[in-house]
Amino acid sequence: MNKRFTMHIDVDAFLPATDEEKAYMVQMRPSSTFFRDGVKRLLKNKVATVSLIIILIITLSSLIIPAFWPYSYESMLGVRPGKSVDASFNNLSPFEYGETEQARIAAGETVFPHIFGTDSSGRDYFIRVIYGTRISLAVGFFASLIVLIIGMTIGSIAGYCGGKVDLIIMRFVDMIYSLPDMLMVILLATVLKQTLAPVLEGTSLARIGVNIISLFVVFGVLYWVSMSRLIRGQILSLREQEYVLAAKAAGAKGGWIIRKHLLPNCISVVVISTALQIPSAIFTESFLSFVGLGVNAPMPSLGSLASDALNGLSSYPYRMVIPAVVISLIVLSLNLFGDGLRDAFDPKLRT
Amino acid sequence: MSSFDRNDRPLVDVRHLKQYFNITVGPLRTKALKAVDDVSFSIRSGETLGLVGESGCGKTTVGRSILHLYQPTGGEVEFEGRLIKTKSDINELRKKATMVFQDPYSSLNPRMTVSDIIGEPLDIHKMYANKAERMERILELMDRVGLNSEHASRYAHEFSGGQRQRIGIARALALRPEFIVCDEPVSALDVSIQAQVINMFVELQEQMGLTYLFIAHDILVVRHISDRIAVMYLGKMVELADASVIYDQPLHPYTRSLMSAVPQPDPKVARANKRIVLSGDIPSPLNAPSGCPFRTRCPHAAPCCAEAMPEFKEVESGHFVACHRVNEL
Repeated sequence: MNKRFTMHIDVDAFLPATDEEKAYMVQMRPSSTFFRDGVKRLLKNKVATVSLIIILIITLSSLIIPAFWPYSYESMLGVRPGKSVDASFNNLSPFEYGETEQARIAAGETVFPHIFGTDSSGRDYFIRVIYGTRISLAVGFFASLIVLIIGMTIGSIAGYCGGKVDLIIMRFVDMIYSLPDMLMVILLATVLKQTLAPVLEGTSLARIGVNIISLFVVFGVLYWVSMSRLIRGQILSLREQEYVLAAKAAGAKGGWIIRKHLLPNCISVVVISTALQIPSAIFTESFLSFVGLGVNAPMPSLGSLASDALNGLSSYPYRMVIPAVVISLIVLSLNLFGDGLRDAFDPKLRT
Repeated sequence: MSSFDRNDRPLVDVRHLKQYFNITVGPLRTKALKAVDDVSFSIRSGETLGLVGESGCGKTTVGRSILHLYQPTGGEVEFEGRLIKTKSDINELRKKATMVFQDPYSSLNPRMTVSDIIGEPLDIHKMYANKAERMERILELMDRVGLNSEHASRYAHEFSGGQRQRIGIARALALRPEFIVCDEPVSALDVSIQAQVINMFVELQEQMGLTYLFIAHDILVVRHISDRIAVMYLGKMVELADASVIYDQPLHPYTRSLMSAVPQPDPKVARANKRIVLSGDIPSPLNAPSGCPFRTRCPHAAPCCAEAMPEFKEVESGHFVACHRVNEL
């Protein structure tokens, strides 16, 4: 037995790698940002996507429809210059027509239908609902924006400075927190209505209406506290990160660090809580309009429409149901969308 | 180990540096944690001073206090012969002295692209006239640390640990500093990458005439890169000498035990060496022992060690030791 140990070596396998082969090995996967990942996750969430579509449809229609709709939210159809009021236009049911309109139809003209009928003053109810939606959405959006700006500024200052500054700001926040907010909203709205009216007289802000302005102020004054608490908490944990120290070592000052490092890293939390703030603002606005502290007549909001419908509830229940359904739809889809946003963008929930 | 032309003018002079932190120990009671207690040393222009010690001994704090990232509780820091005192001094210091951090993952902002991270010091000090000049400088820095310039618009999380540390180094070099505090820059990297990064530090020092304070707990790494080595224990400096002296003829008992723990590649030498194993743990800096901080674990402790903190004195030329019994051992 003369068996020897032999071995076959493929010499090619031991050749040094060429530059192309090396380049192949260090290939990086395509760049994907946090934002793109989040959007991908958001679109996978069916409930959130449907909610987003509903919000978009409602928002766009409230913006576009009033531009071409033949009726306006404030014109009483029965009132014609030089003639007595035509009462046949008041309280029309859906798809009914007033007397003059019936005459025109009989003459062969086409008359645009009153889809939701008219209200007790003979105004087209559909366009009032659309316009009310626009007002409610605008109030929700701008009120949340005010809350966001105030809350973000104060929260980030408290979180970044820490120590005594933080202590004082947070005790102030606690004070505002401990006030019963509905009571404060009603009190402030009443007081502001009185004091703001002469100030705004003649300015362009007066057109928007004193009530809405005072609503914004009320939101700004009362609801920034939870936003600022949230942001303070985020910043307290973020400022201990080493990249903040690295920025300091590079010579960055407080404002730079907050703007460039701290806020961008808590932006997802901010976006989510703003998205959840909008429905609550819409809800509060509707509530205030319902109790008569909201928008000025004849401007409608969803809350004031529902409030007006209360008088004829047994005869015209749909006038109550329609704005209520729209409010519910907006609030529900914004909440669901906000939840979806949180699931998609809040890294703490990610496994 | 730089061959850079060296003179004896100290670039950084640290005198009696103290850094205490107030720790809450009970309701409304605070206690000073002496992270760094009366440390003095100087770093010459163009040299690398290695700083070693156990974790928690205050190495990192020394680095950060020198750069005034923490306001020192006491003592003085002189940079280029100028005392750092006012805010404008600190602002000037920021342009000339910077830092490379230990953790290449947490020290880079995840929301910024590589070019923004590297360009941030330039942005802060407005060191460019227009966008093109800024980008040119960033690409030059990336090239200098061996990063592919095509990756400038990527985010830090898309890179490996070694590449991220290169980003951190490029950022530190952005303002053309003279002095860099390297805070354990390689301990988060694996060994093969450590060598690359350390060699890069050496090359950069030769090219740009940099001065380093190189903090690490790996003695072999520190010995490779340093001209002189300082050893810290519990917030105090116990020994400071040339790298080869510390390595071959350590005087302080703590340094001796540290050196005996260094792994030897040659098994014959390793067997011949006797390991000096210390008993007990490092005491909490909140209740440091009286006198010499090392006396509780020192095999040569004598009654005099408990009485007074030994002076940090020069026993040979350029060899400083803080030990009462240095002459007897």
